[in-house]
Order: sequence, then structure tokens, then C-alpha cells
Amino acid sequence: MKTVYNRPKSLKKRVFHYCPGCGHSIAHRLICEVIDEMGIQDKTVGIPPPGCAVFAYHYFDVDMAESAHGRGAAVGTGLKRANPEAIVFTYQGDGDLAAIGTAETIHAANRGEKLTAIFINNAVYGMTGGQMAPTTLSQMVTTTTPYGRDEKLEGYPIRISEMIALTKGAVYIERVAVNSPAHIIKAKKAIRKAFQVQVDGLGYALVEILSPCPTNWKMTPVESWKWVDEVMSKEFPLGVIKDTTGAKNVD
Amino acid sequence: MSGNAAIGEAAIRAGCQCYFGYPITPQNELTEYMAQNLSRRKGCTFIQAESEISAINMVYGASVAGVRAMTSSSSPGISLKQEGISYLAACELPAVIVNMSRGGPGLGSISAAQSDYYQSTRGGGHGDYRTIVLAPSSVQELADFTHRAFELSDQYLVPVIILGDGMIGQMMEPVEFKHEAPAELPIRERALRGAKGRNSRIIKTFTSNPAELEEINWSLFRRYQLIEKEETTSESYLTEDAKLILVAFGIGARIAKGAIKTARANGMKVGLFRPITLWPFPTKKLQELAKTTKFFLDFEMNMGQMVDDVHLALGDKANISFYGRPGGVIATPAEVLRVITRLYHQKGLDTKK
Amino acid sequence: MLIKTVFAGFGGQGVLSMGLNLTQTAMREGKHVTYLPAYGAEMRGGTANCTVVISDEEIASPVASSPEFLVAMNQPSLVKFQNQIDAGGVVFLNTSLIDIEVTRGDVEVIRVAANQIAEELGSVRSANMVMLGAFVRKSNLVAIDALVEMVRSLLESKGTKIFAANKKALLAGYELLK
Repeated sequence: MKTVYNRPKSLKKRVFHYCPGCGHSIAHRLICEVIDEMGIQDKTVGIPPPGCAVFAYHYFDVDMAESAHGRGAAVGTGLKRANPEAIVFTYQGDGDLAAIGTAETIHAANRGEKLTAIFINNAVYGMTGGQMAPTTLSQMVTTTTPYGRDEKLEGYPIRISEMIALTKGAVYIERVAVNSPAHIIKAKKAIRKAFQVQVDGLGYALVEILSPCPTNWKMTPVESWKWVDEVMSKEFPLGVIKDTTGAKNVD
Repeated sequence: MSGNAAIGEAAIRAGCQCYFGYPITPQNELTEYMAQNLSRRKGCTFIQAESEISAINMVYGASVAGVRAMTSSSSPGISLKQEGISYLAACELPAVIVNMSRGGPGLGSISAAQSDYYQSTRGGGHGDYRTIVLAPSSVQELADFTHRAFELSDQYLVPVIILGDGMIGQMMEPVEFKHEAPAELPIRERALRGAKGRNSRIIKTFTSNPAELEEINWSLFRRYQLIEKEETTSESYLTEDAKLILVAFGIGARIAKGAIKTARANGMKVGLFRPITLWPFPTKKLQELAKTTKFFLDFEMNMGQMVDDVHLALGDKANISFYGRPGGVIATPAEVLRVITRLYHQKGLDTKK
Repeated sequence: MLIKTVFAGFGGQGVLSMGLNLTQTAMREGKHVTYLPAYGAEMRGGTANCTVVISDEEIASPVASSPEFLVAMNQPSLVKFQNQIDAGGVVFLNTSLIDIEVTRGDVEVIRVAANQIAEELGSVRSANMVMLGAFVRKSNLVAIDALVEMVRSLLESKGTKIFAANKKALLAGYELLK
């Protein structure tokens, strides 16, 4: 008999605290599968953010150092520069990466820091209770946009990945989603590539993951999966945003 | 050598492998020294960061990786670094932070001041923590204390702040580098460099368990008590027969010393007590001095910050006066001498036996 | 002995380098020294100045309340610092750029047309060295030979021509007060 599905070695045996239908647990698992497949568990250091994923260190069986909100790219820079042999990834949400940590992120990318950024975009601040995020869609209701996000007052959903792609130091940026088996397979390939870029020392790589947050979106998990396809990915189109690695695809 | 350059050289000799900075006057010479002398060294890193916030977080990252790392800035920039310093303290990560302070509040001025005493000695950022604060008063001490800062930081796993000022950073004096680190420093034990041959580890501050957080804080404070016991440092100058003792730190102590020399020449029995560690504050030593001297004059280049610690130490056991110049104005020895002379007469010290 | 000197002038006149050369020479001669430059915004466009303290014993304050010497390379410097000088002190005036008189009667005044002399020697840029030569002659704080050596070592990287010009200017200033 052949094992076709198993818990990744670098994923700790622990029940996720995430809500049903949340994209975090899928993203965690995909990262762990990639770490296993690449055989880098013993040299990977992860940087989880404050937010729902603050407990990411309870799940990833790799060295993990917590970062202040938004500072993941700076912490990662220090870590990687001090120990270039390590494989360093940051795990950041939309508020973290696209609001408070914009400067750190853009400049780490621009320096071409050899980091892998996993960017979870769920269009809200999850742990704090569903406030407006920089990526909150227009007209979307959150606890701080109770009348819907008004572009005139609150601006537009920001496409931070496209902005980062403008820096020369960023070599690979792709937007994926974890709302269907097909998308999940693509997401994993992107994550794999983003790690490979670091192993090859090419520069900064980022994978933006459109990730359902049924709790704060006030939807059922199934509705939230659909919403990613029907609404969210219209504002944040899936696909490769930048790839100057010149390398062939991982598969 | 300028004070700023002396710190840079001493840091490199102490085995500092990573420096992260952001330009701000009056400490740019240090950043530039590191760019010149650290950036191309084998295994070393220099980054001019995009902000002070980034710089301190890069220090945090390098410290997590187990190497000696430092950053420097001046007052407004140090305010920005407080978030990172709080995290470093919470995670028990060593780091050396240099503050060549300037006049505040706000953008203030670039001239030397001592207005960051509170910020440095009371933790500075959010939460219950302390940082060791060293206050050098000469270029030689800048070099010596930089070495000591790395040692203390590694030994006690706390961030150490070197609190200088614009003047001491810019000024030049002869300096001798007395300390050399081994060619290769060991990577610290708790470092995260990948879990090869061991279980994976976590460095974190967050806990949802109040009891756990309380224990973390207790453990920090037990260490702080040990630091208070072992590392409190001060200098006493001509205090034995003094009727009046000035209390001053850093460059202020130099100015005070100049005034005291003249006061002595004029027949006034005046001495100087200089806290070298601002935290831990040399309370006991000061209390000992108060057994024989009843009059103290606290002099600072601010409106009275350290004087609070002098009051806490001496209570009603002594008569404490204060003289300060705020906002980046540099007091002269002559003006301090005038204050000494006036006080000496007012308190009748020239007539008392 | 504890002697405090203030060098002051425009930014770009080489005022800080005068102080630095003097400080380093005294240091090499085994004296205690401090060199305190005014820096930053003060340094750009306005008056540049530095304070040099030279002593046989440990120097308490690098801040000088009442300097024994003032070297004023331009008029604003004289206006700014002349009231701070110690009674009995000496003021060096760069008369090429200063056409007012010292208002105090309790100080000695030495007049040096530093810019003119430097210009005659080939470059107005060495006016600071002319003045420094004169200063050393009068103040006797360091030996002129030692100062020349210091200037040589500090200018080493800039080539022998520049050093030669500086040396000529230093000696010209030095000889001036014979």
C-alpha cells in the first residue's frame, strides 16, 4: 500500500486554533510540505507576525522568532545577514505587510534580501476583530468601515505585491489563493519556488495568498471560498506578478 | 579620535558583526565609520536601514541569530527604536544601542543635551523592563564602555544603552583601545540558526497565559536585581572632605569637574559624584556619601531628571539642590562655578567648620 | 598649564583643521588635549568654530568658559567670541576679512593679514595655515617642527604639492611674528 497523504514532518502534532474555513492552516501545511520536500527543516528560521498567526510557532517544527507588527522583513534581514546559511521566511498578514510594515517590506525587497515572504491577504485584520485592512475591498463592511469602505474617505484596496514588484531586488512575486484544490496545488508550487529562489540566492521572493476569513467576512466557509473567486480575485488577480529568476519552473 | 569613531572602532574590536543605522545628527560619524570599516569585513554586515525602526529590528534579527549587533542614533531616532528595545528586553536578547542625545523634545536641536535620562533609565518603551545604561564622560570611556556594553549585554542577556550626547560624540581626545575580542566569537547558545541536531526552538514574547507572563517578568526582575548588585558603577572625585557634592553624569560631569577644580582653588570644599551606570543607579554609594556630606547639588543638561533618583536615594537625609540647562544649551564651567559659589554661601558652608 | 583656544571663522576657511592640527601635535608631544568642534547646522554656512584645550594634566571640561586665545578668521567670529576671552588673553585677527577693532582693552591683539599673505604665496586657501603659524609662534603651545610634521602626516594622501603649499604658509605665518 502506498501512503499518499501524511502529516508533514515539519508540522507539529497539534490541533490548529484557527477558525473553520480559515486559510492559515492550509498555508501552514503547504509551507511545511515544501520545507520537508526541500530538506531544509534543520536550517529554516521562520518569523511569524502578531495577529492570528502569532501562534504559528506552535505548528511549525522549525526555529521561530516572533517579530513586532510589521517588522518581519527587518528582522529577517538581520537574521539572514547574520547567518546567510539559514533559510529565512516571514509569515505576514495584510495589515502587517501592507500597512504598518510597508517600509520594511519594500526596502528589504529593494535590497534584494534573500528572504521568502508568505503574505496572507484576507482583506481584514483578523485577530483584532475584523477591522479594515489596507487590502479591504471597496464597499466592504468591516468593524471600522461599518458603512462599507468608501474610496473617498478610506482609499482603495492596495496592491502591495504589484508595488513590491517594481523594486529591482524582488525577483519572484506571485499571487495565489487557497480556496480550492486546484488553487491550493498552484499555491504550493509558488511557495516552493519562493523558497527555491532563496536557496539559489537570487533575491527577494514573495507569495501573496488570498486567504478566506469566514469569521470576519461573516460567511460560511463555502461562501468564503466562493467569494475569493467571485469578488476578491477580481481586485487581486491571481498569477505571476514578477519573475526575473530566469530559472525553469520547479516542476 | 572623535567619540563617535572611537565607539565604532571599539565595537569592531569587541566582535560586533552587525551594525544597522540610520542617519541623524550628531551621531553620523559612527554610522560612517561602520560603513567604512565594518561593511567589507568577512562575515560582517553594515546596513543603512530605511528607518530607525527597521534598524533596531535588524539588530533583533541578528541577535536572534546569535551574533553581536549594534545600532546607534540620537534622541528622536531612539524614540523610534523603543518598540524594538522592548522586544529585545522581553526576549532576553543582547544588543548594544548608542544614543548620542540631542536637545528635545520633538525635533529639538542638534546640540548636546542630557534630556533622555528618563527614557533611558526607565525602560523607555512599553512594559516592565530595564536596560543597563552606561554614561561615558570621555572619548576613552566611550571606547571602554562600548566593550563593556557588549560584555554586559551578553552576560545578562539585556539590551545595553550607551548614553552619550552630541558633544562627546563630536569631540576628540586621545584614546587607547585596551580590549580585543577573540578572532572568532562563539555564537550564543540560544541562537536560532536552524534546528540541526536538536529540537526546534522559539523566541517569543507573546503568551495568552497570564501566569506564564508573570513568571517571565519575575525572571527578568530577578536578573535586574543581580545586575543592580553586581554592576552598579560610579566615580567619586574629591568627596572625602567635601562639604558640597555635585552629582552629574556624562559630559555634564566633565563641566562640573572643571567648575570644581576652580572652586577648590578658591578654597571651597566641593566634590563630584558621577554615576557611571545610570541604571542601575548607584544609590548605595550615594547614601554612603550622605553620611558625611549633607549638601548635594545635582547638575544636568535638562530640567531635572536624574535628580529624582538622587531624591529617591537620599530622601530627607540630605539637602538637595538642582541646577540645569535644558534644550541643548551647553552650560559652561564658569556658570556652574557661580551656582556652586552662591550655594556655598547661602548654606553657610564657608563659615561652618 | 591649562590653555584654551577658540578657532572661529566661516565654514570652508579650514578653521576646524587648524584646531585639529594643533590638537594632534600637542597630543603627540605628550600633552593632554581635547578638541570640541561645533557641528551640524552650525557648521554649514554660519560660523564654524572649535575649542582646543591643552594641558599638562587631565582636562576636566572640554567646554571653555574663558579661553586664553581666540583666533578670529572673520568678523562675525570676533563679534561672537570677543567677550568670552579671559582678561589678559590674546586675540588673533585675520585683518584681511575683519575691519573692526577689538572693543576690549584688556586683551592683546595680533593682526595677521592671513588671506593676503596666503594669496601672495599662491593660494588663498592656505590662509588658515598662515594664521596657525603665527598662532604657534605667539602661543608657544607646540613646536613648529612638530606641527609641520603633523600637517605632513595628515596631508600625506593628498600629495606632496599640497603639503608643500601648507608648509610654506605655516612658516610664513611663523616668521611673521619674529
